Amino acid sequence: MNSHTTDHEHEHDHTVFQKDIPEPKEDWEFLEIAIRELLIEKNVLSAREIQDEIEAWEKKNPEKGAEIIARSWVDDDFKNRLLNDGNKAVAELGFTVESLKLVALENTDELHHMVVCTLCSCYPRTLLGVPPLWYKSREYRSRAVREPRAVLREFGTTIPDSVEIRVVDSTADCRYLVIPKRPANTEKMSEAELVKLITRDSMIGTAEALDQDGQRS
Amino acid sequence: MTNLFNIGDLVRVGDALPPGHIRTPMFLRGCNGTIIKHFGSFPNPERLAYGLNGLPKINLYQVLFKMDEAWDGKGDYADGDTITADIYETWLEAI
Repeated sequence: MNSHTTDHEHEHDHTVFQKDIPEPKEDWEFLEIAIRELLIEKNVLSAREIQDEIEAWEKKNPEKGAEIIARSWVDDDFKNRLLNDGNKAVAELGFTVESLKLVALENTDELHHMVVCTLCSCYPRTLLGVPPLWYKSREYRSRAVREPRAVLREFGTTIPDSVEIRVVDSTADCRYLVIPKRPANTEKMSEAELVKLITRDSMIGTAEALDQDGQRS
Repeated sequence: MTNLFNIGDLVRVGDALPPGHIRTPMFLRGCNGTIIKHFGSFPNPERLAYGLNGLPKINLYQVLFKMDEAWDGKGDYADGDTITADIYETWLEAI
């Protein structure tokens, strides 16, 4: 919250700073600050350009991903194209995933995909926005591959033992997008209504899509 | 670039510990798996990381592993659960 009093005329703009940057503690944090300050000093980038880029990324959200999934639920041909060549299929909807290979993974009654990047934080950012903090945490990255069922339970997601959980480690040039199962009793829903059932976590695979009433199933 | 492996081929991941920027996860080194997808060829990330052009490109595969192969029962997973990782050809040998 802005502590500025509002009893005077506001003629100037307030700069919006990123709220979640704590005091630097680790070596790499000081290194990042040093490089950033050098880039500014040498006029390679301005502080404003860096901040604008951070803010542009923060505005991105998982909506694009949800539109892609909803289309794949209502159009089998599109779903097949998405599974065959992700980049080409999402281009039909006007989305680009530059220089990386987009790979869609279909969840079914027999197979549940869950995506992790154990090495860093690879994530289809252009479609889903900035990854959640937990996705980048050491805890998720190390546990997802070793105890996926425990991790899923903590997300409130129960997958029967008879369903194969396939943990997909995004270690290289591919970016993975999970196609969650289409919930039951949604046959009459429009594409726009379906979009609302498709959560960020359902496209990572740590949850299923919401049910027909928009509730956790 | 010739495609070295076919879908369904059994492979072993190298268990070397070279220094540098490596994109083969430690927990899968030395594990046996199955090729399930060929993604095409990409510049070698172990060279790209040092400002080189990463050429010639190398093949990248999606390799499927049984959970037991990596964890030998010490984890929280069901019998049929699996892991996949994207591994470059230089880290794979046929078995």
